[in-house]
Amino acid sequence: MDFFSDFPGLLNYWVVIVLMMIGFYIVIAHDNLVKKIVGLNIFQVSVFVFYITMAKIKGGTAPILAEGITTYSNPLPHVLILTAIVVGVAMTALGLALVVRIRDAYGTIEDDEIQAQESEDL
Amino acid sequence: MTQFVSTHLAALQVVLALLAAPVCLLLRRPNAAWVVATAITWVLLGIALVLLEQVLEASTLIYTLGGWPAPWGIEYRIDLASAFMLVIITGIGSAVMPYAWASVEAEIPEERIYLFYCMYLLNIAGLLGIAITGDVFNLFVFLEISSLSSYVMISLGKDRRALTAAYRYLIMGTIGATFYIIGVGLMYMATGSLNMADLATLIPAIADSRTVLMSLAFITVGLGLKLALVPLHMWLPNAYTHAPSVVSVFLAGTGTKIAVYAMLRIVFTVFGGAGVFDGYGLGEMLSGLAVIAMIGASAVAIFQTNVKRLLAYSSLAQIGYIMIGIAMTSVLGMSAGIVHLFNHALIKAGLFMAMGCIFLRIGSVQIDDMKGLAKVMPVTMAAFVAGGFGLIGVPLTAGFISKWYLLQAAIEKGWWLAIAAILISSLLAIIYIWRVVETAYFQDRDENAPTISEAPWSMLIPMWTLIGVSFYFGIHATQTMDVAIGAAEALLGGIQ
Amino acid sequence: MGFMVVIGIAVARLRNLFAVVMLTGIFSLTAAVLYVVLDAVDVAFTEAAVGAGISTVLMLGTLALTTSEEKAHESGSHPWALMLVVVTGMALVYGTLDMPPYGDPTAAIHHHVAPYYLEKSFGHTGLPNVVTSILASYRGYDTLGEVFVIFTAAAGVLLIIGRAKFGRRRTVRLAPGELRDSMRQNVILRVVSKLLIPVILLFAFYVQWHGDFGPGGGFQAGVIFAAGFILYTLIFDIDTARTMISPRITRLGLAAGVLLYTLVGVASMLKGGTFLDYSVLADTQVKGQHLGILLVELGVGITVASAMVSIFFTFAGQER
Repeated sequence: MDFFSDFPGLLNYWVVIVLMMIGFYIVIAHDNLVKKIVGLNIFQVSVFVFYITMAKIKGGTAPILAEGITTYSNPLPHVLILTAIVVGVAMTALGLALVVRIRDAYGTIEDDEIQAQESEDL
Repeated sequence: MTQFVSTHLAALQVVLALLAAPVCLLLRRPNAAWVVATAITWVLLGIALVLLEQVLEASTLIYTLGGWPAPWGIEYRIDLASAFMLVIITGIGSAVMPYAWASVEAEIPEERIYLFYCMYLLNIAGLLGIAITGDVFNLFVFLEISSLSSYVMISLGKDRRALTAAYRYLIMGTIGATFYIIGVGLMYMATGSLNMADLATLIPAIADSRTVLMSLAFITVGLGLKLALVPLHMWLPNAYTHAPSVVSVFLAGTGTKIAVYAMLRIVFTVFGGAGVFDGYGLGEMLSGLAVIAMIGASAVAIFQTNVKRLLAYSSLAQIGYIMIGIAMTSVLGMSAGIVHLFNHALIKAGLFMAMGCIFLRIGSVQIDDMKGLAKVMPVTMAAFVAGGFGLIGVPLTAGFISKWYLLQAAIEKGWWLAIAAILISSLLAIIYIWRVVETAYFQDRDENAPTISEAPWSMLIPMWTLIGVSFYFGIHATQTMDVAIGAAEALLGGIQ
Repeated sequence: MGFMVVIGIAVARLRNLFAVVMLTGIFSLTAAVLYVVLDAVDVAFTEAAVGAGISTVLMLGTLALTTSEEKAHESGSHPWALMLVVVTGMALVYGTLDMPPYGDPTAAIHHHVAPYYLEKSFGHTGLPNVVTSILASYRGYDTLGEVFVIFTAAAGVLLIIGRAKFGRRRTVRLAPGELRDSMRQNVILRVVSKLLIPVILLFAFYVQWHGDFGPGGGFQAGVIFAAGFILYTLIFDIDTARTMISPRITRLGLAAGVLLYTLVGVASMLKGGTFLDYSVLADTQVKGQHLGILLVELGVGITVASAMVSIFFTFAGQER
């Protein structure tokens, strides 16, 4: 497992991992509720890119059968990611709906301000 | 017709729940929605019981969806562990539905009730789908169905903190789901398959691969978030406390339990369990976290003034019990853990039902408002005490059975820390249960308190049914233990 | 991909939330382009429609209903968060070290389950688009779950922020102040949109049926169909739009789609196959598969369209 010989082949994956971590960081480090959801989206989209990167075959094409093509990229991850995208948008919709209600109830969408109000609530 | 039903029972288990949800959406009238939800849940319980019987006779049941055999299609694989989960979920649901009649009416605005039952049906469909599937990605889809519907249901609590509780659960839960998906991706990358049985044959050959190891790590963390394993538990206390009573009951009985099942299924059936546990020190890590949960959460529970929150922390401790049994990876330990999963579901659901009754009558769940409550709500408080005994582990209760077997398993493995933790946390449980009992029984009602009556029969009966069943299985423990042992063996033995 | 990293960092640092949302939309679009490069055309289509389209619209809606600036951070960022992220990232990198290099045709995943689909799917379903065959037939049960996820989201949004009494007249601001009126009065917008919207809806139908042969299918079609209505609502106003698509219709559509999908599965069972086994629906396997996939994709399209419209209307119908 020579690090340097694997480097070019795995670089794609590593860049994706960087993306994932950016998204993950936004979710946990930022207080603004909408930004957290944005971070979650970035995190998820990056995971999807990871899967799709896996599916690619050098010299392949889209998995739609056609005359004269012999190599196709792997269709299974595509299907999985289609499902995952939909799940992601469902989560986003619900999360944003909650944010709207929270704004009405607390007057703010910053997590630290909300926590301050909650500790008064008891 | 019976032929049709019996061949397709496995599919119907989930399909009926799925069909009922849009029907509820169309119905709009709260009563009609309740009737549909209740009827379907009872039918689902019937199906689950029949499936359990079939599995007890024939070992694993397989049902191919879409007619395509695995690994190209998705299949259901029902072994004893899955069947047990199906019974637990539908059983708790069946008790919750009659209870919900009065409770939902009191806590949720009338024009939304039909949507609530729609969500409930989606939730139960999701849980059942997880228990029954043999495909790791399919598990994710149904996990999200159940999670998304939970977030919505929790947010319906009257307190505005229900909204933030739901939001935080959404964020943490989605992070968990994303970690799970990352793990599945890594596993797929290494093997090319998504079918659990298939993976079980493929993974041993590449068990040394770093990809496989990280896959296990990510899946474990992801599911650990969902089952509220300390330190990934932060969403649970708020979610259980501020959700509507019915939701607390149902989630406490099923939500985390199904995540435990999912983890068991993946770690043991797919990754080939015992080798993974011992080889990577997973057992030690989990047991360490479990011990912290048992003692820490019980201790925190003592100081709570909100009784629902007290019960929530108690749940965290109970999850610790379940996990430590599993971490032992011995048949005895795992069956103790699994049987506790069952017992705790009954007991905690019953306790939260008691809180729902109390909330219905006095509009609060603060311990100070419960002074002298036993005089005016004797049936409810008696149920609380009985459930409390179960939490502590008094002989004749189901809780005693689980702790007894856990202790035996710990002695067998020589895990002295675990033994100490189990005993200490039981003592702590006595303290926090006693606090509530003392307030309700030995203090006097406030003079200014309005006169209240006992909770309605529609709520008392389901509550006592659950508590009663927990006592039944405390006395006739062999039935549940046999199933649990069978389930443990099925999981430890790998795929048949 | 480097571009995406830049966007990601920008999102983290910016405090103007409108800008953040816009950048997220661009992030999604860039991902969609990347997918095309990586041969994932169906995914690209869906990501563009759903990720860049719907998510952005919903986020903008939320911002219009809440605030548009993120509060200034207190000094000192979160060291533990950074540490956690770094640890997770390292773990992932560690996990990739045993993975086959990018594009490697000898990787395990290309030899185990996938070749079966590529070789056999035409014989089984008669469709060139292998992704559609897998999505709607081989793994049709997953897709059923997925439609129910959308259903859950739409019903959930109704539960969380739905207004109790539907059809109550209220004024709504979808864009700051006078913009709405001026949009209505702007002749160019009115005329162009009236031309465009039928085309969009037609395109949606095309995508729905063409998914067998090229990228497309129920999800994409449903979203595009909804986009047509959303465009109408943006230019004119929500009350007018609401009279065309009342809450009753969206609710009906939501339920109808999932019921159609599930009942196709039940029909399969009644005809002797297992749940969602389309082969038994007609005389030959290929005909049965065709029929099943057609109906199922239609169910998906109906529910997705209804869900997207419903969610958008629920957000837009909030008082401000």
